[in-house]
Amino acid sequence: MTEQNINAQVQRNFARLAGEAAPPPPVPCAVGQPKMRIENFSASFDGTPVLRNIALDLCPRQRLAIIGPAASGKTTFLRSLNRLNDLNPAFNHTGRILLDGQDIYQSGQDVAQLRRRIGMVYAVPVPLPWSIYDNIAYGPRLAGIAAKADLDRLVESSLQSAFIWDEVKDRLGELATNLSGGQQQRVCIARVLALEPEVLLLDEPCSGLDPISTAKIEDALLALKEKYSIVLVTNNTKQAARASDRTAFFLMSDLIECGPTNQIFTNPTHQRTSEYITGHFG
Amino acid sequence: MRIPPFLTQRLAISCMWIITALTLGVLIFVVAYILYHGLPLLTWTFLSEAPRSMGREGGVLPMIVGTLWCTALAVLVAAPVGVATAIYLTEYTREGRLTNIIRFGADCLAGIPSIIFGLFGFVFFVITLGMGFSILAGSLTLAIMVLPTIIRTAEEAIRRVPQSYRDVSYGLGSTRWQMVTRVVLRSALPGICTGIVLSVGRCVSETAAVMLTAGAALGFPRSALESSRTLALHFYILSREGISMPLAFATASVLILAILIINLSAYWLMRRFVTKVV
Amino acid sequence: MKKEKIISLVLLLMALSAISSLAVITFFIFHEGLPIIFKVGLGGFLLSDQWYPTEGSFGILGMIVGSLAVTAGALIIGVVFGLGCAVLLTQFCPPRLVAIIKPSIELLAGIPSVVYGFIGVSILVPFIRDSFGGPGLSVLAASIVLGVMVLPTITSISVDALQAVPRTYREGSIALGATEWQTTHMVIFKAARSGIVAAVILGMGRAIGETMAVIMVAGNPIGMPHGLLDPVRTLTSNIALEMGYSAGDHRKALFATGVVLFVIIMILNTIALAVSRRRAGKVLAQ
Repeated sequence: MTEQNINAQVQRNFARLAGEAAPPPPVPCAVGQPKMRIENFSASFDGTPVLRNIALDLCPRQRLAIIGPAASGKTTFLRSLNRLNDLNPAFNHTGRILLDGQDIYQSGQDVAQLRRRIGMVYAVPVPLPWSIYDNIAYGPRLAGIAAKADLDRLVESSLQSAFIWDEVKDRLGELATNLSGGQQQRVCIARVLALEPEVLLLDEPCSGLDPISTAKIEDALLALKEKYSIVLVTNNTKQAARASDRTAFFLMSDLIECGPTNQIFTNPTHQRTSEYITGHFG
Repeated sequence: MRIPPFLTQRLAISCMWIITALTLGVLIFVVAYILYHGLPLLTWTFLSEAPRSMGREGGVLPMIVGTLWCTALAVLVAAPVGVATAIYLTEYTREGRLTNIIRFGADCLAGIPSIIFGLFGFVFFVITLGMGFSILAGSLTLAIMVLPTIIRTAEEAIRRVPQSYRDVSYGLGSTRWQMVTRVVLRSALPGICTGIVLSVGRCVSETAAVMLTAGAALGFPRSALESSRTLALHFYILSREGISMPLAFATASVLILAILIINLSAYWLMRRFVTKVV
Repeated sequence: MKKEKIISLVLLLMALSAISSLAVITFFIFHEGLPIIFKVGLGGFLLSDQWYPTEGSFGILGMIVGSLAVTAGALIIGVVFGLGCAVLLTQFCPPRLVAIIKPSIELLAGIPSVVYGFIGVSILVPFIRDSFGGPGLSVLAASIVLGVMVLPTITSISVDALQAVPRTYREGSIALGATEWQTTHMVIFKAARSGIVAAVILGMGRAIGETMAVIMVAGNPIGMPHGLLDPVRTLTSNIALEMGYSAGDHRKALFATGVVLFVIIMILNTIALAVSRRRAGKVLAQ
């Protein structure tokens, strides 16, 4: 650990002791305005802090990976980005999260509308116990799209974007719950894509899948990057290295550092980061 | 002398088998006895004619119609209220004093005997609200009576819908109400229907409560404000007043067949539900 | 947002219907029944067996005793048979048979009470009259009929309680060398005790509250029953029999009978709820 780093760490700790918020400045996007900007965001459940002073930019057409050991706040962070934590009455937060410059937590925000703009894929694939078609069409139908032709088009294009169209195109009427795990997860991704979101959140989407399914999903993410900003929470550091452009390292409710993926993996600023990615703990 | 444990066990298990066999024997006997005496008399004319000379001759059509009226109205009132209660308890509030009070109310209601419901329906619907002895008064009384059954089964069915379904629905941009109607209710439907079907059974077989509220008129009911005798009550009057044993048996077999069909469909729904969710 | 608020409010109103029905029922029953109790005096009402409503004497002691006697008899049968079935179903019965026996016992609960009463009066009553003497219409006949009727209640609630006992208890006990039966009555019964108690109390409530079947087999004379073979009138049958032609104070006295019945049932309900809630608390704590 360099002297400079120690100083930075000490300063942050002092600031925390003094009860002041002194977040590290977010790393600016290489091109254009950030799609989402997280400003000084803290969160707690029943008073127990789970995120402290997070500041982070999510750039357009980029895949941001979030890594860190268990219970470091990754999933809470992800669920804060589309306000899914609101469902838990114990949740509390301070700070702001901006989507295209607008605070998503401001009063009067239509939460359902927000969640359509920021889609979420869960760790365990959860197909609803309906047909594949109905699963994909569910989101658009919620948004009020009823015309069969529109729905057909959306179902086909989203299944294609999730690299699963060829496998299921002849059995769209079958129960989605009968698919294999990897297929289910891609259907779940397609289901989110059918919302035509702007940001895609994925919470360890490959944690229960075999390597082949994982590779398919990573391929899909690479293609999807052209249209969306992607946040990928993963326990698998190798996956972060393979499938992201920028990486953020969370540890014990803090954002330790965030930077271009190859820099984080080859030359991290913080010792804890390098210890984590080389497998010393976590 | 100490009896060896394995002998006690064998004895105990045999006793329980005998007890269970006896219980099933009672069931089979009741059903068979009624159907044996009643089925031969169950003709089309019996089902499609009105009774003559106080029920000594003729059929039971008005009673069938009256029973259907009472049951349908009762369920039409109780099912939406009961399911709404279950939705409120599970999806729209946190566990707390309010949910405890609501559940306490439902649990107590479930334990109240039907004759008390009858007394209440008589003084409240028939007299205070001026409905008179009528299908309406009878079915509202029945509705309150079956409400706890519907609440409890619906709540159980809704609780069995996985939490992840709700997360997914919210994540796809649904409002709470959209989530409830399109995901939760859709998945819980068989369970909810089981409760409704069981309530139908209770309405059909109820006697004491309808006697004091719907009355015992023999005529064909033309509106919900008229009195009508239900099948169960008709059977009671026929057999208790010794009006006609053959017709009593025939009426009872209609009742038994209806209950058999109702229970079988409830059972079928339940199994479908269980295999589907697990 | 606003729509969601309205929906939530409507649902809340619906959800309050059960408790408000209970309140309205309680109010009306007491409103109709209490005045006559005060008029006759609690002692004259509860402690006298002179029920001559047209002459102004309203003593229901005979019916209270009748209800309790019939209920006690029904419970003996219901508990022995109900628990026997429940234990067999949860501990010793192959699943394929459970799939037949359990719905059959539930079907037993679905059969209308008038049908039980009818079978009682056409088969059981003559049988008792011929083999034991007396009129046949008796405490015994009512107990047996009611016993069959409360059996499904006791069975299904006990089955739930017995199934809630963790499997590890059973395995642990058998691993210590107990037979399955020893395990059942020494370990599983103890663990499920409060659930079984709740089942018995709820069965008791059903037995006290049952009306039509009892009317048909009990004979319904006024006064105190003196033995198992004596005919008997219960609180419920008193109401159902006389409601049709009563008026004035007589009708009020029938509501007062309802008040007594209501109070007994509410006490039983509360005990059952308290017992089963304690159990729920315990299961959560584990």
